[in-house]
Amino acid sequence: MLQAVFIVLSLVTLGSAAMVVTSRSLFRSALWLILAFFGIAGIFILLHAEFLAVVQVLIYIGAISTLIIFAIMLSRNAMDVKGQRFNEQWGVVAGFSILLFVILLALLTRVQWHVTAEPVPPDAIARLGGAFVGPYVVPFEVASVLLVVAMIGAIIIARERE
Amino acid sequence: MIPLTWYLVVAAGLFCIGLYGALARRNAVGVLMGIELMLNAVNINMVAFWRYGAVAQMTGQLFAIFVITVAAAEAAVGLALIIAIYRQRRTVNVEEIDSMKG
Amino acid sequence: MPTGLFNLVVLLPLLPLLAFVLIVLWTHNNKKLSAGLAIGGIGLSWLISWVIVFSSFGIEELAKAPFNIARQWLLAGTNWQAFGFTLDPLAAVMLFMVPFVCLLIFIYSVGYMGVGKKSGEHDPRGVPSEPGHVDPLSSRFFAYIALFASAMIGLVLSDNFLLLFIFWEIMGLCSYLLIGFWFARKYEDPKQITPKQAGLKAFLTTRIGDTIMLAGIVLLYTQTSTLSFAEVFQPQALEKLATTTTSLPIFGAVPWATLISILIFWGAIGKSAQFPLHTWLPDAMEGPTPVSALIHAATMVSAGVYLIIRAYPLMQAIPHGPALQFIAFIGAFTALFAATIALAQNDIKKVLAYSTISQLGYMFAALGIGAYVAATFHLLMHAFFKALLFLGSGSVIHGMEHGHHEAEHGHGDASRETRGHGELAASSFNPQDMRNMGGLFRRMPGTAWTFIIGGLALSGFPIITAGFWSKDEILAEAFINRHWIVFAALATAALLTAFYTARQVTLVFFGKPRTSAAQHASEHDSIFKWMVPPLGVLAFFAIAAGWVGIPTEFPFLGRFSTNPFHHFVGKLAEALEIEAPKLPFNLTPVALSVIVAVGGLLLGWLVYRKYAAAGAVPVGAVEEVSPLERPDPLQRPLGRVWVLWQGKYYFDELYDKVFVQGTLRLSRWLFNVDDGWIIDPFVDWVGRFWRRVSEASRWADTHIVDAVVDGVGSVTQWSGNAVRTIQTGRVQNYLLVALVTVSVLLGVFLLLPK
Repeated sequence: MLQAVFIVLSLVTLGSAAMVVTSRSLFRSALWLILAFFGIAGIFILLHAEFLAVVQVLIYIGAISTLIIFAIMLSRNAMDVKGQRFNEQWGVVAGFSILLFVILLALLTRVQWHVTAEPVPPDAIARLGGAFVGPYVVPFEVASVLLVVAMIGAIIIARERE
Repeated sequence: MIPLTWYLVVAAGLFCIGLYGALARRNAVGVLMGIELMLNAVNINMVAFWRYGAVAQMTGQLFAIFVITVAAAEAAVGLALIIAIYRQRRTVNVEEIDSMKG
Repeated sequence: MPTGLFNLVVLLPLLPLLAFVLIVLWTHNNKKLSAGLAIGGIGLSWLISWVIVFSSFGIEELAKAPFNIARQWLLAGTNWQAFGFTLDPLAAVMLFMVPFVCLLIFIYSVGYMGVGKKSGEHDPRGVPSEPGHVDPLSSRFFAYIALFASAMIGLVLSDNFLLLFIFWEIMGLCSYLLIGFWFARKYEDPKQITPKQAGLKAFLTTRIGDTIMLAGIVLLYTQTSTLSFAEVFQPQALEKLATTTTSLPIFGAVPWATLISILIFWGAIGKSAQFPLHTWLPDAMEGPTPVSALIHAATMVSAGVYLIIRAYPLMQAIPHGPALQFIAFIGAFTALFAATIALAQNDIKKVLAYSTISQLGYMFAALGIGAYVAATFHLLMHAFFKALLFLGSGSVIHGMEHGHHEAEHGHGDASRETRGHGELAASSFNPQDMRNMGGLFRRMPGTAWTFIIGGLALSGFPIITAGFWSKDEILAEAFINRHWIVFAALATAALLTAFYTARQVTLVFFGKPRTSAAQHASEHDSIFKWMVPPLGVLAFFAIAAGWVGIPTEFPFLGRFSTNPFHHFVGKLAEALEIEAPKLPFNLTPVALSVIVAVGGLLLGWLVYRKYAAAGAVPVGAVEEVSPLERPDPLQRPLGRVWVLWQGKYYFDELYDKVFVQGTLRLSRWLFNVDDGWIIDPFVDWVGRFWRRVSEASRWADTHIVDAVVDGVGSVTQWSGNAVRTIQTGRVQNYLLVALVTVSVLLGVFLLLPK
């Protein structure tokens, strides 16, 4: 049962992803991206990472995708349906991407993963919180700084020059 | 139980698709979208390993959250850059941004 | 020993040398000052030398322990050679004569050069000035003679063969410079030798002797490792030289002493103008007369004799050995040979020149037969009266020139040539030719008296002249030791000497003047007040100096004499272990020498009396004949012999043909070899060859080296251009490369066996 769900979800995700990269219209790519993010969120739920799924939706779909759409809007004139999608090296890239996928596939299926499959602890979120302010407090703080910096940086970069 | 391998395969596939997008798209925003896909593939990987590995510590999720954070920051800055470049050069075609050409 | 005083010996050569330096560097424009400096230098030297010499007379031990002041100077290998000055009896008696005679001649030169007279602006330099003008180069003259005097005094004092040689050569240089003093003088007759040529001839001829002498000195050094007189004359050193032999190509085994002695003697042959190197001295008469007096009569030529006297222990290392026999032979031969030539000369100075050669031969002959003290005695006496005779002849010549000048200009005859007699003198009037003179006794009395005294001394006039005592002693030694050949030669030479002296005196002073120049000759010019007094002083010495050598056994006079000369110098001979015994007195040689001297003089006067008395016009002639064309009284009786003697046995011509022309031909041939046939073409070919090599190298450089260098550059550029294509500036391209690499690597790792 779960496997079926998984298969559906993964197909959705992968299919959307494929559409993202091949869509002629950029706007449509953005929308397909949102769908892909949803798929991924679903996969997170399957993996018992509910909090993360929500975070995924919030951040990725809510913020980042919106941001992307804004950017698309703001640069609309330049890129329309008529333009070329891919650059001149697309063939090589496709080939090597497929190659890489095949190799990864080969690798992944050959390795004996050390699987434990314990149940997820009930207080997972609390643990997550505790980890943020506990052992990983420094990355946490740094991440906040990073966000501030990024924000300021983005403002400065994208500012209208007088 | 879904085998770990399946998750990893999906992640690998997503990664490769995202890779293709990043390297083959002309539009800068398209490239960015490809990158986001790759980051998501990584996230799937991490959470899958968390679920099927050390579940007690939340390291996998934690890291995924960090990745998301950084991805957000990066998307913000990247898009700001694209806008700035668009204003300067009236183009979002990455092929035309080659002033480092030797 | 008053060593404090003797240390002043160092000053003796230095004072005239200082005068030389000062004149050359500073005072040469001021003629009077230059002359004054020269006379001051030599005068001081003379004063100091006489003080030293007279104080040395009293020192008995001077011979055994001579005063020596020296410095370790020359490092030869590991030995230091000391150079310095030695004062022993021989040096002392030489020091008595040398500075004194030099001083007198310097004073004489003031008058001769005309210092104090106005200088003629048009007088060319290097040519004798007109009478009444000072010689334009007289400062130079005084500088040269000062240098010469310094060298002669240094030579006499040297304690070392090498130092002696150095002074020897300096004197040779001065001789060259002074003979050629009138370097610009030329003659119409191309055969007549100019002063420039004469200087060169003198230098080259004496050079031959000097080179041989140097070889002797070098060989001496190789045998004894020392050149100091004191060390070489040690009995052991002499013994070694006498006994060790070296083998020579023709002569076989020859003792070193003989070889070295003969080689050193050749230096004396050159310097003292003995046969065969005698040809330069008569031509050296081209120099000013004081030069002839100083260098070629009193001092430089006697340096050769001095050398042999100084080195006598070496010469005598083998008693009566081949070296001494050789010396005696050359001396006796030259004495006779030169006397015959002197007989037939017409130039007043040339007669004296050959006379000098003859007298030097006397001295060498004396040395050869072992008359050590006699030779030294004759050397000193000869210096006095020969200097006197030369200075006197200079005075005569000046008197004749003034007379000629008077005769030309005094008669207001402008049509005659009025050129200065500097340039083409010989063709017009030769003031030195005795045939132009005559009757000068009354016109130049001072000169005449002193000249006659000198002539008597030269002839060996008994008792009252110095020449008698010295010559007599030599003849006595020859006679008593039974060296008959030498005795015969010397006695004949003495006869000839007296004869030609009488001839000279008669032709110059007696009778009547043969030309108007002689008629107007006089001593009234101011220059004569400088020239005549030295003549007087020398005349005094020509008479009195001999009295220090009167043998004690001489009848009547001997009682008053202690023969101090023989005593003084004899002590040196003793100290050096030279055999110089005091001989028993024998009346025969004395009587013979008196007969020869007086007889010769009388004979000469008789033969030339009529000729001189004839004056300008010969007896019985209708018209005036130039005095130069009148035959000499001896000419017809002697015929061919006369011509031979007058032509100096034609040695000059022989030497010229053999040596001079031969050398010229050789040098012309070598020139062709060098420039035309072999060396130059070869050198040019080498030059061209290298030129071609360098052109090939340049081609290689341009086409090969440059090509490589440029090639490297262009390869780099091309490869850079090629590689540049990867820099597209597009990130996606770069990322693609990364992707490819990673995939390939992963693939490889995947496929690699574990």
